[in-house]
Amino acid sequence: MDGFGVSLAFWVLAAITLVAAGGVMVSRNLLHAVLFLILTFVGVAGFFVLLSADFIAMAQVIIYVGAIAVLVLFAVLLTPRASRDNGETRWALPGMLLAVCLAAIFLFVIHDTAWKTRDGVPQGLSASDLGTALLTTWVVPFEIASVLLTAALVGAIMLTRSPEEEAEDALA
Amino acid sequence: MTPFLVSDKWYDIRDLGNLSRALLDAADKILPGGVVYVLAALIGFVASFLLFVLPSQLIIGVYGERRIIGRMQSRLGPNRVGPFGLLQPIADAIKLIQKEALTPTQADRVVMYIAPIIFVMPAVLLWAVIPFGENMVIADIPVSLMYFLAVSALPVIATFMAGWSSNNKYSLFGAMRIVSMAISYESPLVLALLGAVVMSGTISLSGMVAWADQYTIWMVFVQPLALVIYFICVSAELNRTPVDIAEAESEIVAGYLTEYSGMKWGLFYGMDIGYALAASGFAATVFLGGWTLFGLEKWVPGWMIFIGKTHLFYFLFIWTRGTLPRLRADQLMAFAWKFLLPLGVFNLLIVSTERMLWAEQDYAKGLIYVFALVNIVLSVGLVYAWARFNGYRPERTPTRPRLVKQAGGYIPVGERP
Amino acid sequence: MTPGIEHFLTVGALLFCLGLAIALSKRNAVGVLMGVELMLNAVNLTLITFSRFTVSPNPIAGHTFVVFVLTVAAAEAAVALALAVAVYRNRETIDVDRLNLLRS
Repeated sequence: MDGFGVSLAFWVLAAITLVAAGGVMVSRNLLHAVLFLILTFVGVAGFFVLLSADFIAMAQVIIYVGAIAVLVLFAVLLTPRASRDNGETRWALPGMLLAVCLAAIFLFVIHDTAWKTRDGVPQGLSASDLGTALLTTWVVPFEIASVLLTAALVGAIMLTRSPEEEAEDALA
Repeated sequence: MTPFLVSDKWYDIRDLGNLSRALLDAADKILPGGVVYVLAALIGFVASFLLFVLPSQLIIGVYGERRIIGRMQSRLGPNRVGPFGLLQPIADAIKLIQKEALTPTQADRVVMYIAPIIFVMPAVLLWAVIPFGENMVIADIPVSLMYFLAVSALPVIATFMAGWSSNNKYSLFGAMRIVSMAISYESPLVLALLGAVVMSGTISLSGMVAWADQYTIWMVFVQPLALVIYFICVSAELNRTPVDIAEAESEIVAGYLTEYSGMKWGLFYGMDIGYALAASGFAATVFLGGWTLFGLEKWVPGWMIFIGKTHLFYFLFIWTRGTLPRLRADQLMAFAWKFLLPLGVFNLLIVSTERMLWAEQDYAKGLIYVFALVNIVLSVGLVYAWARFNGYRPERTPTRPRLVKQAGGYIPVGERP
Repeated sequence: MTPGIEHFLTVGALLFCLGLAIALSKRNAVGVLMGVELMLNAVNLTLITFSRFTVSPNPIAGHTFVVFVLTVAAAEAAVALALAVAVYRNRETIDVDRLNLLRS
């Protein structure tokens, strides 16, 4: 991992991602927070490309930007205007303090450890390798994940059904 | 795939990279270092404008679409500006540029300002992975199909921003509609493309073209149902007219575009065509064999074949737009979940079975034609069976127009018994 | 300066802590969910970083882990947002400070 382009890409992506994540924190309008969140997702996808995880980067954009962010937008718009502010609770200060302490610990650990790293890009990180790994070594978690998704789908539908719809179904 | 580009002479226009390389090499000798990059960017801009943007976006997209729809609706279409009305897009652009881009007082100014910009970016980015010819692809990444899907998820966000920031209830209706449509039609779209991916065994667009060339068959014959699902889903996501409920002018003024005017509106309008063209190019690459044409690409430049196929597919968009009436929002939603999604799952099941059988036969070339025949029959049967299962009874709805008299309605006074 | 493993891990750690701060301090349930999503993203970034940089016999394991995290994140977002909508329908608010029915 060298070259001016990679360094530039890293610093630009780091700036975009962290500033956008900060924007989620400070913006007063919940819709703006969601838009900043989307920018953060795209920035993280850029990091994945930089770390030669092409498939994961594309999956990140499709799932997070295409699905999760859209779901969040839905949830924001289904609740009324009055609850669309992005304020803090009474427990904001202890929470932020905890986050700062955790950040300090993380940074200390990261910069104090002598990481044993490899030179050059490791082999076997292509999309077909990922597919082979998912369907041989990790096939049981893969199947469980599909069951989990189905359960989440059914559960979400059951949770959001309105009482009127349930009454209609009971009559039918 | 056998390389057919026998020469790398500059006059061999079958690969335009030869010409640009010769030009840039010559320029590098006489110009100081670094300027050649600027020159390369300029050449790329001018060439892409002359070869693709001008004929496709402006002539086919704006002018041709209006002319063809005009013919379909028994009128002339634009024919006043320039010869045959060919300068109509330019006149439109001049008109749009000099109009004032209004912003409502209560609007969210920043979001409303950047929404058209964000809408334009993915339309350009999409073309990065589409192969125009053998070596004529900007980024030949191994996951280019995923890249295309990922980038095409971004304009939804931009249209949502446009609709929400206008602070107008019709804009918000349009935005909610487009978001719900996008999330509903994304799943059948991906399932349909998964059929093509399973059959060809690659998620690289160049790999798909190579597959079509190797087995001398287009994906559309092996996966006809996938193409149908893809076409419907993509028209829904792009807001093309039979399914453009997000900007349905008879229901919600102009949807998310209500408060936009001037060139901001022009960017949305132009890039709608850009997205439809990109979707056509993608379909031409995945389903119609890209820049190959059963050996003809040795003689005709591949990029011409590709652009021709793209326009052919784009004609389908124009055709549906000119002939079909608009559907209701709930009908479209039910269609996605009750009709397209099960069909996509069935299609995936069929294609996976066939792929397994095919692998057992060592990928014999003859077997793919059998699969094509079986799949065409199965697709028609499946669509018909699933439609009947969902309650579609063509015999109960007369397909030919009948006189009121024949239907037992109004009878003129003189003929009454 | 060429970015190495420390740089990527630093970004991941900062992103995680920002997500934690958001999840702990926001009053809106959807805001809390956004913080959780940010934390999941940071974890994904860290996993991919380790998979890319450290010496291991099969580096693809990190990628598979990320695929599962993505799946669980999608399921979690769907259920959490459905919960938010259901809670709003019953309580007319999704302010987590005012969801205190269990307080004695």
